[in-house]
Formats: sequence, structure tokens, C-alpha cells
Amino acid sequence: MAGLAAAFGSGAMTNSIEEIEFTNVILAIGTNTTENHPVLSSRVKRAVCQRNAKLIVIDPREIDLVKYATIWLRQKPGTDVVVLNGLMNVIITEDIFAKEYVKNRTEGFEALQKVVSAYTPEYVEKISGVPAEDLKTAARIYATANKASILYAMGLTQHISGTDNVKSCANLAMLCGMVGIEGGGVNPLRGQNNVQGACDMGALPNVFPAYQSVANDEARAKFEKFWNVPLQGKPGKTILEMMEAAHKGEMKAIYVMGENPMVSDPDLTHVEASLKNLDLLVVQDIFMTETAAVADVVLPSACFAEKDGTFTNTERRVQRIRKAVPAPGQAKTDWQIIAELSARMGYPMNYSSAEEIMSEINTVTPSYAGITYSRIEKEGIQWPCPNTDHPGTRFLHSEHFSRGLGLFHAVEYVPAAEQTDDEYPIILSTGRVLYHYHTGTMTRLSKGSVERCPESLVEINPVDAEKLGIDDGQMVKVTSRRGTLEAKAKITTRSGVGTVFMNFHFHEAAVNLLTNPALDPIGKIPEYKVCAVRVERA
Amino acid sequence: MEKICSVTIDGKVVEVSPGQTILEVAREHGIYIPTLCHYSKTTNVGACRVCVVEVEKAKSLVASCCMPVSPGMVIKTDTEKVRASQKLIVELLWASGNHDCLSCEQNGGCELQNLVYWLGIERPRFNIAPPNYKIENTNSMIQRDLSKCVLCGRCIRACNEIQVNEILDFSNRGHFAKVGPAFDADYINSECYFCGECVDACPVGAITFKQARFSGRPWEIKKVKTTCTYCGVGCQIDLNVHNNRIVKVTGNKDYVQPNEGSLCVKGRFGMDFVNDPSRLKTPLIRKEKGGDFTEATWDEAYDFIADSLTEIKKKNGPDSIAGLSSARCTNEENYLFQKFLRAGIGTNNVDHCARL
Ligand code: FES
Repeated sequence: MAGLAAAFGSGAMTNSIEEIEFTNVILAIGTNTTENHPVLSSRVKRAVCQRNAKLIVIDPREIDLVKYATIWLRQKPGTDVVVLNGLMNVIITEDIFAKEYVKNRTEGFEALQKVVSAYTPEYVEKISGVPAEDLKTAARIYATANKASILYAMGLTQHISGTDNVKSCANLAMLCGMVGIEGGGVNPLRGQNNVQGACDMGALPNVFPAYQSVANDEARAKFEKFWNVPLQGKPGKTILEMMEAAHKGEMKAIYVMGENPMVSDPDLTHVEASLKNLDLLVVQDIFMTETAAVADVVLPSACFAEKDGTFTNTERRVQRIRKAVPAPGQAKTDWQIIAELSARMGYPMNYSSAEEIMSEINTVTPSYAGITYSRIEKEGIQWPCPNTDHPGTRFLHSEHFSRGLGLFHAVEYVPAAEQTDDEYPIILSTGRVLYHYHTGTMTRLSKGSVERCPESLVEINPVDAEKLGIDDGQMVKVTSRRGTLEAKAKITTRSGVGTVFMNFHFHEAAVNLLTNPALDPIGKIPEYKVCAVRVERA
Repeated sequence: MEKICSVTIDGKVVEVSPGQTILEVAREHGIYIPTLCHYSKTTNVGACRVCVVEVEKAKSLVASCCMPVSPGMVIKTDTEKVRASQKLIVELLWASGNHDCLSCEQNGGCELQNLVYWLGIERPRFNIAPPNYKIENTNSMIQRDLSKCVLCGRCIRACNEIQVNEILDFSNRGHFAKVGPAFDADYINSECYFCGECVDACPVGAITFKQARFSGRPWEIKKVKTTCTYCGVGCQIDLNVHNNRIVKVTGNKDYVQPNEGSLCVKGRFGMDFVNDPSRLKTPLIRKEKGGDFTEATWDEAYDFIADSLTEIKKKNGPDSIAGLSSARCTNEENYLFQKFLRAGIGTNNVDHCARL
């Protein structure tokens, strides 16, 4: 999200989910949305099938969305910047960019122009495998649309160049004047229900709620006054830095609320060693997860159906959750546990309901100031919503960008951190499937999901399968420089030649034993979409 | 919408806007016209003709769900001719299906049953052998009993027009007409994605929630509107609760953003975890490294953590403590969690797994 924040001044989805259905062109890059956000993907499909919208899909896998695509650009994994720069190269060369918009609303165009001039369609074809003519066609479709929306997800961000990839999307959208208009924008689709809200609420090492920097004296003074304690101005550690510090013995205690890093982190062997090295690991969860199993204290918490509160969805809409059933046994809501523990530690937190916490959020979080429970009783409100008369904001940056002028970033292609070689000749990408969610702790208890998708599969192209003598359904061994695992092969053209795909829902075939923990230097997101492996019959 | 002309409906003169159907105008003015094949967010096909009304100067009764109003139209929704026609249709539907309400899951929520009652039909005049299809019980999410199907086509339109999954269609003709996936396959043997939109759409007991079978009657169920816990779309869902258990999940019919009533397989069928016996129910403490967990009271657990954190903080400073918050928890909880770390402990070491 750092990429969007740098370009526009705000890292959130610029436009609304509803607008996707009524736009003219949708460019979906690195998002397998029919499986990861099925209800949103219906909007894409309805736009194409019922409203004549054009769809450009840029993805190395033959995802379901390809069926609906006007044009599909199948790039080699890890070459997104090449393709995006190539699109801009065509658009500038053919002089079909939004000159007025670029002049009035953006800065940094010259630098961009200089960099993309090298990414000719022929060069793009050589590096990414996308045919030059297809690139040109896609560029024209996007640039000449009245309104066009870019959608992306983890397929774009889980790369060492993730932040660059996002900046490139922002470049493309600004170049064509597609930001700040209804039906346009650059739209990251969040995979987890409240990622947006966790970020908004300051569950990040460098910012307070509403992205107010901890290093900023004014912001800090404000929170010191509200919270009545002196606060640190030095940003804290990110999750992977925490693990590193724990490994070295510098981090002594980690308190985990509702996460399962033992399955979701890259390089699991390292994570396990790090967690075991702690003096105290507290895990607060609804299940005995892999992480809880190695904890010193495990606290039972209530799940979403057992408590009141709010989630903020991917389009910045703050929506209610409501208690429907009682929590099992002695389980308590997460906020009650935190408040009670904090009181024991000498910092009392007195709230009688989630709504009371929201009132405090209203006072310290400018973008949430007008979002009260009574106002969102029927339908959620999209932030920014600065006061209780404000209707909320459907799309951002309409008059000017949050940062003033939109900033072009000249982005050069950086190859994936790990390249294939003779020993590890195949690229492994990871992701989700329709029937499961994240580390599988919830969906694997659902009869239906397990019935439809009972195990992890290695999706391999028929060409590779034949070369390696692998049959459909056969057990195969997948080995990377970090680890090895076994799973069943599924032969399918969804995977391109030279690539395999696995999901990360199954701890028995924990794909993160294989993945590369190399981080995007700015977003600090690991490169889950590219690592080099060897595949053989088990 | 701008109102530009007027029509008369049941003797009342009302303003209408062009393009509105008779049904829409009636509903807007609190006049009840029964419907069956009409389904929000899909095209009006005029298949069942339950919604017929009399329009002055029209040759025959018209289907109000499909017929747009025109200036000066005079509409009657409650005439003998209208009721006779509706009765005939409903009696035929009743007679030609296997509508055994005694054991039907939809009893009390069935639109055909409601029509029968509303029209005051004692018994159908006809005697037609029902098709006697086998109940489809081959998957754990959706049960189908096509002997109860009224061929309204709502499931097909929900599948094709709302979800655009393009799985369901009609097959065969006349008495043998059927709805379902291609080649008459069971759902489990088709390309079906199990979004369950067809279950929500079915007005009768033909397509039902398998796991909700025998676990609560419609009038016993309490619907609690909430936000789905899975992906970032944040669909508005109704948890259908009976005896403190989630019996099934239906799309919220306020049709608000972002999902306007529709759901996917995870939101619809992925809530088994809430009631799973493996849920954590009591605090657990591992008193010694390498030892086993023992059950504890909340007091013991809080003391253990508070003592331990206080000591670590004293010895190694607040930055030797870190917290991982969660994209799974609420805004309120995330807010409190970072406040606890920043204000309570004194460190900015707080992050969550969203990067992953
Ligand atoms: S509801 Fe109008 S024809 Fe069926």
C-alpha cells in the first residue's frame, strides 16, 4: 500500500466496488478475483457480459477471469513492471495520454517518460513473453476508455518489487487521467476482511490511527494528551523484523491476537525457531492454531458472530458486525481481554461496549470522525467521513490528490530475487483457492469446503508434467533452496510452462516451507509469487 | 426519479415515471400484487403469470412485473377475473408438484404455500401425477428435490445474471422440463461453485440448505444482520440463528452495498467453524518451557502474563515486547490493541499479517 500512498497520498482503494460494474474498461492485474473476492468478481463479469465493458487481464496463470477477457496478457511471473512500462511506452508513443490532466494534476512526468521510453513493445516481448501486438492492443483499449478501473491484489504486491508494481499501476492510471473520476481509479482488493481497518486503526509500527506518523511531534503530542502517557517517537518493528529480533534473542515477548504466523509467514522453519526462542509467547485465538500450540499462554476469544464491532472493507466502508450467538465456554471478546489485561498492567481501559471504543476512535481518527454506530445501522459509510453530517466518500482524489499533485515514479524493472537455474528450474507461485481462506483454520472445518477442495494440489502445465513423467493425481516432491514437501499433482494449462502453483491453506503441505522470505524493501511484503523449485515424482 | 405522468391503480390516481412497471408502481403505493417468478436484480421474464392485473382496453390480463406503465393507464389488481386466473395457475402448480408441506424445509417460508393460503384454495381441482424425481443428496451444502420445482427460473437467473456463474439452465420441455447444471448432472459433478445464490432464490422447497435440514423452522429462526468474516469485500449477511446456533446464512435482503444481497461459497457455507467442538473454551498456561498446557482461570492467566511482561519490560525495556494485531479482529479491537502496546507497554512494535 506504500506504493499508492507515495503516488496519491493515500494507500486505500480509490473507488467503490459498485463502480466496477459501471465502468467501461477493467484492467485486472495480479488478482484472481473470482476465487478470492467472488462477489466482487460478479461485478466484473456483469460489467463485461451485461454492460459491454472491456476487460484486460494481466496474469501468468489462466485464471477464470481470462474467460471473460477482451485481451489476456500472460507475462512471466515477476515481470509486471516490464508490462506496465510497456503499456505506457505505447500510450506515450501513440500520443493517446491525457495531456491536460498530466499537466494540471501531476508531477514527475519527464522522469517517467524517460524511463518508459526504453520499454518498447519488442523489448517487453523479449523479457515478459507478452506479444508486442497484444501489448499495443491492450494499451489502446485502456488509454482510449472514458473511464477505466485498475484492480490488483496480492499477485501484484507479493514480489520483491511489489511497491514498484503498485507505483507503476498508479503511473498508468494518472497518465490516462483515470484517477479521481467515477468508475476509474487504482483499486487494491484486500484479501482479508479487516486489513483496511487494522491499518486505519494504526496496527502498524510507524503510524497511529488514520496514518498519523508516530515520528511526527504534533501527532504524538495529540495522542499523549488523549491517552495520558508519554509515547515513543521511534517507529517499531514490522512482523518479519520482530521474528528476526526474536531469533537473535533481542525480542523477549510477542503477544499475538488472532494471527497464525506459523503458517502464513515465509520461511516457516525460521519462524518456528524464532517463536520458540521467546521468553513469553501469548496467543489469543478462537482455535489451537499452529502458533498457539507453541505459546506459553493461550487465551480463548470470541469469533465475529459472537461480538459487536465494525470491520472496514476494501472500499473503505465501515460496517457493523453484530453478536448473534454466545461465545463458547469462557471465551471473551478480544477487546475485553485487552482491556482487562491492560488494567492489570497498571494502564486502565474502561469501556462497557464496543460502541464506546468507537466513540473514542471518532475523536482521535479524523477520517472516522463522523462514523457512528447509529449512522451505519442500515448501510456502512466510506471514509473519509470528517463529521456526522458527511455522507462518506465514494471515490478519492476528485479535485486534487491527497498529497496535492499526483506523483509519477520512474520505475525500472528489477528481476525477482530468486531466479531459476539447472537445479531449481521451475517457478513456484502461491495463492488461495475459492473454497478456502488464508491458513485454513476456519474453512477446513466446513464440510462443504473440504468436500470441494480436500487437499493442496501442485498445479503443473501438461508440457512440464510430460517432461518430468508426472501423471495427474500423482504425489510429487517439490523442493526449493529452503525446504521440501509432497503433494498431489494436478495437470492443467492454468499454470504456464515452467511454472507451478500451490495454495497455502494446508499446513500438511505448508508451502511456506519453500517460499523465499526476500522482502520488498519498502512494503516489507515477502515474495510469495516467485521462488525457484524443482518438481519430481515422489 | 422524475414523475412525469399519472395512471389510475385500483381507483387511485398516482404519479409515475416512465419505464416503471405496473408491479413497481403498485408496490410503491402499498398495493399488493402476488408474484412468483419475479426476482430482484434479475430480468423479468413473465413466466408464471401469477402477477396478472386487468388493464382497461387491454385484450387480456397482463403480467404486471413485465408491463411498463403508460400515461393514463387504468389498472385493477383485485377483480374476479384476476383472482380466477391466479387461482388456476396456483392450483396447477400445486397439483403438478410433490408439495408435501408436512416435512418440507420451506414450510412457513414457502411462496407457493403463501399463495395458496392468500388465494384461499382448499384443494386443487386437478389431479396430475407429480414427476417423482429422486432427491439429490450428493453434496453436503445444497439439497435438491425437483419434484417440488415450480419452474419459475429464479435459480437460473440468479446463477446467470447475478453471479454470472453460468451453471444452471432449463433442460427438456413441457412436462419434463427441469432446472439444473448441463447434462442433468448433480451439482457436485458439475462446474458449480456452490455460491448458493440458487438456494436463496428458490421460492419453494426445491433447492434448500442441506445442513439446515430439520434444524429450525422459518418462524423460529432469528436473522442477525452482520458483515461476513472472510474476504475484504465485506458482504452484508444474515446469520439465521436458532437455539444459539447458526443454522444457515442468507444474503441480506436490504440489498445494500457492497454485495446487494449476494454471497459466495465461504460466506454462505463456511460458518461451521463457529460451532466446532475444537473451539478454545478456557485459558491455558504452560508453566514451564517444554511442559504441557494446564487449564487456568482468567485471573491466573492475566496474572501470569502481566507479571511476565512487567518483568521483561523492567529487565529489557519496552522494545523487547511486540504485538501482532489482526486483520481478523474488529476496528475497535485493533484500536485497543495498538493503544495497549503504545500506551500500556510503551513500544511501537505493533504490526499485523496483512503484508502476507
Ligand atoms: S411474477 Fe410476473 S410473471 Fe411471474
